[in-house]
Amino acid sequence: MNAMTQTSSRFQQGLTRLLQSRVADILSYPHGVDRYLEVFNPLWSVNEVRAKVEAVRYLTNDSVTLTLRPNHNWEGFIPGQFVQLSVTINGKRQTRCYSPANSLHRADGCIELTAKVHANGFVSRHLREQLSVGDVVLLSQADGEFALPEQRPEQVLLISGGSGITPVMSMLRTLCDEGFSGPITFLHYANSAADMIYASELDEIARTHDNVTLVRCFNDEGEQGELSGLFSREHLYIAAPEFAQATTFLCGPPPMMAAVEKVWEEDGLAERLHKEQFTLAAPQIESDSAEGEVRFVQSEKMAINNGATLLEQAESAGLTPESGCRMGICHACTCRKTAGDVRDIRTGEISSGEEDIQICVSVPVGTVTLDI
Amino acid sequence: MSIFSNLTAEQFETIGQELDAIRNREMADLGEKDANYIRTLIKRQRRLEVAGRGLLMAGFLPPAWLAGVACLSASKILDNMEIGHNVMHGQYDWMGDPAINSKVFDWDNTCTNTAWKQTHNFEHHTFTNVLDKDHDIGYGILRMSDDQDWEPRFLFNPILAGILATFFQHFVAIQSLKLEDYLVYKTKTKEELKAEFKPTWKKMRKQLFKDYLLFPALAGPFAPFVFAGNVTANLARNLWSSQVIFNGHFPEEVEQFPESVIENETRGQWYVRQLLGSANFEGGRLMHVMSGNLSFQIEHHLFPDMPAHRYAKIAPEVRAICEKHGLPYNTGSFVKQSLSVWKRIFKLSLPSKTQGGSDKGPLNGLRAKVVSLTREPQSETRKAA
Ligand SMILES: Cc1cc2nc3c(=O)[nH]c(=O)nc-3n(C[C@H](O)[C@H](O)[C@H](O)COP(=O)(O)OP(=O)(O)OC[C@H]3O[C@@H](n4cnc5c(N)ncnc54)[C@H](O)[C@@H]3O)c2cc1C
Ligand code: FES
Repeated sequence: MNAMTQTSSRFQQGLTRLLQSRVADILSYPHGVDRYLEVFNPLWSVNEVRAKVEAVRYLTNDSVTLTLRPNHNWEGFIPGQFVQLSVTINGKRQTRCYSPANSLHRADGCIELTAKVHANGFVSRHLREQLSVGDVVLLSQADGEFALPEQRPEQVLLISGGSGITPVMSMLRTLCDEGFSGPITFLHYANSAADMIYASELDEIARTHDNVTLVRCFNDEGEQGELSGLFSREHLYIAAPEFAQATTFLCGPPPMMAAVEKVWEEDGLAERLHKEQFTLAAPQIESDSAEGEVRFVQSEKMAINNGATLLEQAESAGLTPESGCRMGICHACTCRKTAGDVRDIRTGEISSGEEDIQICVSVPVGTVTLDI
Repeated sequence: MSIFSNLTAEQFETIGQELDAIRNREMADLGEKDANYIRTLIKRQRRLEVAGRGLLMAGFLPPAWLAGVACLSASKILDNMEIGHNVMHGQYDWMGDPAINSKVFDWDNTCTNTAWKQTHNFEHHTFTNVLDKDHDIGYGILRMSDDQDWEPRFLFNPILAGILATFFQHFVAIQSLKLEDYLVYKTKTKEELKAEFKPTWKKMRKQLFKDYLLFPALAGPFAPFVFAGNVTANLARNLWSSQVIFNGHFPEEVEQFPESVIENETRGQWYVRQLLGSANFEGGRLMHVMSGNLSFQIEHHLFPDMPAHRYAKIAPEVRAICEKHGLPYNTGSFVKQSLSVWKRIFKLSLPSKTQGGSDKGPLNGLRAKVVSLTREPQSETRKAA
């Protein structure tokens, strides 16, 4: 059996090398090898990570959990990191970020993504309502600074809210698989017990691992959690009194994250807190204070600056600039600004002059000229 | 020019609005249907290509050679016309798929994506059938209009047209060089020409190497069969695509325009110029697909960035608009249009009877215009977009 897998993997390596060779490149010129491979099997590619949907599960009423089997271009991930998932909806490619929730040590090579389905969420609703077993999706390699350090910390505090559970779930599952013996506290916020993703698995883990403390906090009255209400310093004292000694990983909705960050800052612990944000706090559209106009040179279009991001303004002007994540991660939307000032909505920084900018996270400050 | 100058400003305005309404309705409806159409077609083309190249490897067997040439010719025609030409027009950019995007896509043809978008998408589609501006009027070597002054070299019009068709992909590839500026008008230096030729040569080299050296070499002793098969497939594509394109603009009744029309041209006037400057030909579904839907050249020129498979559906509406406003809608069978084109080519090889003593020499203002056009591509309007 082992010998057979070895030969087959050597065969695969040889084939990959052949397909990546210069000869293959010229034979398939100008389209490239991938454009021929995909005709025969949508999973075949020499460069792109594509994955087959192996299972679709609905753990709660407003979520969907996908088991994906990536092709051999997948280079793996570190617990906490995210991937960009692209699906085609009504003919158009849509890309969103999702954090794998599975353990690093998962034996079958699959990755698990769980998406919370937002009522008006374009992609998340598609994942729940349309995606089915056997479909093929496009993935990016994993990326992101939010990641479990190679040198495992001695004490771990994982704080999450809502769908922010996914990256910390991956950390917890990984640590348990590794037989990690230090104390782990898992503090999770959800609206109700029924909304809590991974509830029963967490129960099970806490029951079978002495070093894991599970603290559930539900917002709705009358729910059976260890705590209730919104995050507060008191919660922390009850759930994780030794939080100052722990390395903390935080992921949740912006207001909750802000409350947690405040405590860590007040106590001078900011560098022990690792954070991941799923959504950008929406840019305040200051339409009254927005001035000037946005000029799109190549398309010969112009719009009165309404204070929204340049990507949104370009789209409402009828342009179709490339975009992916729409939150400053993938750089698909990068384009040349030839004149004017823009503010980065993530940092508030203002930059000016001719430069490449990500238009999905840039709002114009006065008149701006873009080369699209 | 007669019909063009008879229309009132209001009529132009109305025609513009009516055509805009069709465009807006169709573009709002883009979606899965269009994506599936182009994806399926690309799949078929790639399969045909793989099959064709495979069969040619066994080309020492006559049936395999013939089948291989048929598959490869069909593949190259689909790749260049319904896929390449249309994708590079940006008809599928909205899909957000880099493999089907006008910025990235390149075709199985010696012309580069960049050069094509300059000479075709921009110059030809913006200045359609405007003399001295639209280089597709005769590609700098043919006389295709009465208003083009006769020169003795045009005696060779039919022969040159035959050569153009035979080596069409190479002519298209070097079209952006405006070779006549160097050879005939001497407004371009050898150095300038060399620099401009560099990117094109890079692509030509790769294409020629692939078709005429590498693939034949893979067949070992049977290399000559593969070589001959590839020559034939490229020739079939050249003859077919040049005829389709000629039929789109050069049947006899199709109008050409003096440069003055594009000054302060309104959208309505632009539309009407496209209507008068293009011609369709009729046929079945296969004919439309194999011609990249350029059998609907009129619709294509009105809406160059609309997925071309939609032209068949909107053609009756466009025709009705033409009838309502007394505009011609030039169409006919493929054979009729082709004969008409060749008649024109022969006729114009001789000096026009009506042409009086022109005070301009044979080398008229062509060069200055064309040169100024290539120098400042972005500043000109892109009404076609
Ligand atoms: C690094 C990273 C990792 C991520 N990992 C995950 C993950 O593991 N699981 C997961 O479910 N999501 C994750 N997300 C969020 C995910 O990428 C999408 O934003 C989310 O699925 C919504 O996409 P959509 O197309 O359904 O909604 P859209 O159509 O983009 O948005 C529709 C509406 O929903 C609102 N909305 C969108 N996202 C949210 C949100 N997160 N919270 C509240 N309202 C929202 C918008 O304001 C908008 O009004 C992650 C994001 C990032 C940046
Ligand atoms: S769309 Fe991804 S960075 Fe802007």
